[in-house]
Amino acid sequence: MDRHTITLAHATDWPGFRRAARALVQAGVPPQEVQWFTAQGAAQDLFASPAPPGSSVDPLPSPAGGAAPRVPEDFLRLCERLVLHRNPVRFALMYRLLWRLVRERGLRHDPLDADRLQAHHMVRAVARDMHKMHAFVRFRPVTDTEGHTVQVAWFEPDHFITEANAGFFVRRFTQMRWAILTPDASVRWDGTALHTGPGGQRSDAPPPDAGEALWLTYYRHIFNPARLKTDMMRKEMPQRYWHNLPEASLITELARGAHERSARMVQAEATTPRKAIAPLIPSHAHASR
Amino acid sequence: MNLQSKLAILADAAKYDASCASSGAAPRDSVGGRGMGSTEGMGICHSYAPDGRCISLLKILLTNFCQYDCLYCVNRVSSNVQRARFTVQEVVQLTLDFYRRNCIEGLFLSSGIIQSPDYTMEQVVEVARVLREEHDFRGYIHLKTIPDASPELMERAGRHADRLSINVELPTPEGLTALAPQKDGAAIARSMARMAVHIEDARQARKEQQAAAQVVSMPATRRTLTRRAAAPHFAPGGQSTQMIVGADATDDRTILATSAGLYGVHRLRRVYYSAFSPIPDAARALPLVAPPTVREHRLYQADWLMRFYGFAHGEIVPAGQGGMLALDMDPKLAWAIAHRERFPVNLNTAPRELLLRVPGFGVLTVDRLLAARRVRRLRHADLARLHVPLQKVLPFVEAADYRPGRALDATDLAARMAPPPAQRKLFD
Repeated sequence: MDRHTITLAHATDWPGFRRAARALVQAGVPPQEVQWFTAQGAAQDLFASPAPPGSSVDPLPSPAGGAAPRVPEDFLRLCERLVLHRNPVRFALMYRLLWRLVRERGLRHDPLDADRLQAHHMVRAVARDMHKMHAFVRFRPVTDTEGHTVQVAWFEPDHFITEANAGFFVRRFTQMRWAILTPDASVRWDGTALHTGPGGQRSDAPPPDAGEALWLTYYRHIFNPARLKTDMMRKEMPQRYWHNLPEASLITELARGAHERSARMVQAEATTPRKAIAPLIPSHAHASR
Repeated sequence: MNLQSKLAILADAAKYDASCASSGAAPRDSVGGRGMGSTEGMGICHSYAPDGRCISLLKILLTNFCQYDCLYCVNRVSSNVQRARFTVQEVVQLTLDFYRRNCIEGLFLSSGIIQSPDYTMEQVVEVARVLREEHDFRGYIHLKTIPDASPELMERAGRHADRLSINVELPTPEGLTALAPQKDGAAIARSMARMAVHIEDARQARKEQQAAAQVVSMPATRRTLTRRAAAPHFAPGGQSTQMIVGADATDDRTILATSAGLYGVHRLRRVYYSAFSPIPDAARALPLVAPPTVREHRLYQADWLMRFYGFAHGEIVPAGQGGMLALDMDPKLAWAIAHRERFPVNLNTAPRELLLRVPGFGVLTVDRLLAARRVRRLRHADLARLHVPLQKVLPFVEAADYRPGRALDATDLAARMAPPPAQRKLFD
């Protein structure tokens, strides 16, 4: 069998994938004859043939006169998100979907197709990760060598979303200097331009500052101990994010004290009012169940 | 009193308000502005408290001094809680500081009534004005409005805020009279009506403006214009309200009828249900029991059935339960079990409104089924692939290769559907 090995420049090399996939479809290469790697992935795979440096695609078949594949606009949008997923099968899945979309007329209208559902679930995971990054990045101020205040955050996303997500922070904090460091990549905004760089380490980001105490006070006091529901909290704010959220350090203590605090409120005698009030105690106000 | 102590007191005072939504605002960002902030339509929950509630906004009271004596309220005049008052500058600085750290989407400001409704409202509006005009803050602002404040102040509030709300507090006028003697149900309704008119007018005006702009749009220069922080909107996120559940004896049927009225007449965006929870320094007239959070949850589910699933408020609460929703199963399942003659629903032929009545189907699932059945006959395996709760769905549907058989007639259907008691977490 004529196997093709495609090595993409990096984990989210969407333009490289597009180029290669277009050529492969035009040459009529079926999905089961293509293996996809990224440059980092290939380097770690002892059995992969080494990719020649500088070449993103090896070997690219020359098109056998096939027309350029036409696919629905949403498919491109789907792939732009799918490529950010950490699962290495994403490129094979994208190519298989492309191959099938070109050949199977009904596929674009069938949301229950197994490949489409898998792609959809993966895209959902990426979208959720991006949303959680919008929510859980926490900036802390530092002063740079030129005396500017820069807001710096350390974040650990599940997928390769850091660069794709930078636009959100640019639009929100356009007038601010900031940097977000992650294990895979870093982005830095200097007030006018966005710079991308390699991944970093947690110790590269600043430790808690004094101003953070106000936020902790707020978190402590907006919590209602009479309604402890830690399952709900964990579902929306999974524990793996906690070590980068300053307020999460309070959770154990707040949850432990909650039963006691709410029991105290329930058992406490109603207190004597500060001011006399008219006795308005309608009998029906007592019964709630 | 230092800022830390004030924040502690005034966050404590605000936590009984359930709303923390930051959605529905007109999209905007800080590109080309002086300040910071953006909203992109979807709300963001920046954290969750151990009570499972989303923390999206800095939710505080400007002050918890209050002249009113609403019995359910921790801040009522007769309560012995410690009092504090923020200055306008303090709230502005806290909002900006938390926002800069990316801890919040914006501010939800409410206040006890001090001096007069107008004086109080003016202070609340001033916070929003300083944020918008002096700091060009483009994040989310939700203001709690005071029903007796002047229309002119309401107008100003609506110009700066993304969302306005007035709490109806209790589901019936009688309840309000009994528990909140200084609050006037008629005045609350009048204020809501007035806000609804403002919101609708602004929406219309904006629609016309956009239609006009399309004729002469010059996209190349648009970005370079400095946009005002306050869009020419009036509370584009609409208005919402809150009802306290379990402080008086009102049943679920009455509560849902009140909600239906609020959605229908005043076009509210959301009605929040807040299970009455014991408060420190409680009044004698109130039930000091654990908050009925399961009941609150069922009311939210019923509310969704009204807004997105085509249910009328009158058909959700089953007959013969004293006007209450079942606690041991969700209201859609309870409805289906009480109306077995309407099932099974055929996945391949049923109209959308019937599919929406199948227990376990969400709106997204129904839309996918409708799309898929144009190109294929739906089978049992398709349901499995959709990740729907099969045990709940299967007795109520039929597919190309599947019929529920006698499952629907089984007398123990309800018992099999309701989760075993051991798994019920009423108090977690």
